[in-house]
Formats: sequence, structure tokens, C-alpha cells
Amino acid sequence: MAKKMLKVKAKASGDKTKVKMMAKHIMESGQRKDKKTGELIPALFIQNLTVKHADKVVFEANLGPAISKNPYLAFSFDGGASGEELSMTWTENSGKTGTEVAAIK
Amino acid sequence: MSIDRRTVVKAIATGGALIGASVLMPRIALAAWSKDAFEAKEQTAAMNALFGSDGLEESAEVNLKAPDIAENGAVVPVTVTSSMSGVESMSIFIEGNPSPLAAEFMIPAGTKADVSTRVRMGKTTKVTAVVKANGKLYSAAKEVKVTIGGCGG
Repeated sequence: MAKKMLKVKAKASGDKTKVKMMAKHIMESGQRKDKKTGELIPALFIQNLTVKHADKVVFEANLGPAISKNPYLAFSFDGGASGEELSMTWTENSGKTGTEVAAIK
Repeated sequence: MSIDRRTVVKAIATGGALIGASVLMPRIALAAWSKDAFEAKEQTAAMNALFGSDGLEESAEVNLKAPDIAENGAVVPVTVTSSMSGVESMSIFIEGNPSPLAAEFMIPAGTKADVSTRVRMGKTTKVTAVVKANGKLYSAAKEVKVTIGGCGG
């Protein structure tokens, strides 16, 4: 993927790392109708998001279409230091998947 | 008559296979995205599909932060926290939505049981946070008023 979908802000403070992320994604619910044709727009959303730090899964989210457009997630975990990397893997319900990397500040 | 017998045997065989598959399914899909749970139309059905039970215990140690009135149902900020130890997962259910299960968060050891996100709400309804800790289910619920729904359009 050329363009990054996730915007990640990870900040280490003390022995914890706080992570805030926002994905740029329409999260189509499958409930909306196309105004011109009157047909339902098929659902398209991020199904799974897994965050790894040093090859250890620190957070995993299974999402449904009830999550807002441009999903926002915030969590924190023990460990992590400034300069280290987090790797995020997302999977769409279409089967499309991608991995992005962000540094901890 | 021999043909009839064959059909009957076949039907029993496929039926048995189906039952076997449905019993095994939840066990295989432990952490994976549960299609049954996310597509369930009823909250109890979604809970049963996700946890294998809908027996919740209300707990003061589960904290659900959501607005009293959400002006825009398309973006409702929700925060779930828990002071319990041994939290395995936290889920958000929105009773009045077409599919009540909104999200399931896996909390591995070392990660704080404190997750924020934003959800869509179709109408005024009850939001329930379910925390799975030490194999048991704990919950907290809150009624959120929605002025403009966020599901249709």
C-alpha cells in the first residue's frame, strides 16, 4: 500500500506506552443505500487489527461495522521505549490486509 | 426401497457432519473474528456466539464511559476500563443496533484493561460493556440517548 492508512501516536512514559491510533477508513456498514440506485452499499470495514511490539502481540481488536468511520482506538501496555517500533496488521472484511510500522516516541 | 434407504443414510451422514462442525466451530475460532457473533441480530445471540454464554454478572469493577446524550450517533466515544486482574477480553454491545456486537478487544497480559474507541449507534439504546476475566463475564451498562442515528443515511 502506497499510502498509510493508520495514523499512530505512541508515547512511552515511565514503564508504559500509550498508543492512540486512527485509521483512515470508510467503515461502510452495509446498511446505507446508494441514493441514485436505491441499492444497499455492501459492507466494507476493518475486521481485525493486531498490534505487535517486539514480536509480542500487545493488542488485538475484532471490529464490526458498528465502529465509526475512521476508527479511533486508544490503549496502553507495559514496556516499550522511545525509538522502538510497533507493527500494526489490519485485515479488511474483503480479505485485504496490510502491515504498517510506527515508532514509539 | 433400496434407493430410499440410501437417501436416508446420506441425510443422516450429512446432518451429523453439520452438527459436528457447528459444535467445533466456536472452539476453533477462539480469537479470530467471529462471523456468527458480529452478524447476530439479537444481543443475547451475539453473546452466546462470542462467549458461549450470556450469563453476565454486573460488576462495579467494570467501568463504561459513554455520553448521556450523543448528538451524532455516527460517532459516539466509548471507553471501557476495568480494575480487575486477569482480563482476557473486553467487548462492546449496542442493543438497538442491527448487529449488537460492535467490537471485541483482546487484552494480553501486560496490556492495561483500558480501551477507547468510537462507535455508531442507530438509536437511543443501552450500551453494554462485557469484560471477560478469569473465564467469567462481568458487565456494565449505560443508556445513551441518540439525537441523530448513525446507521442509515
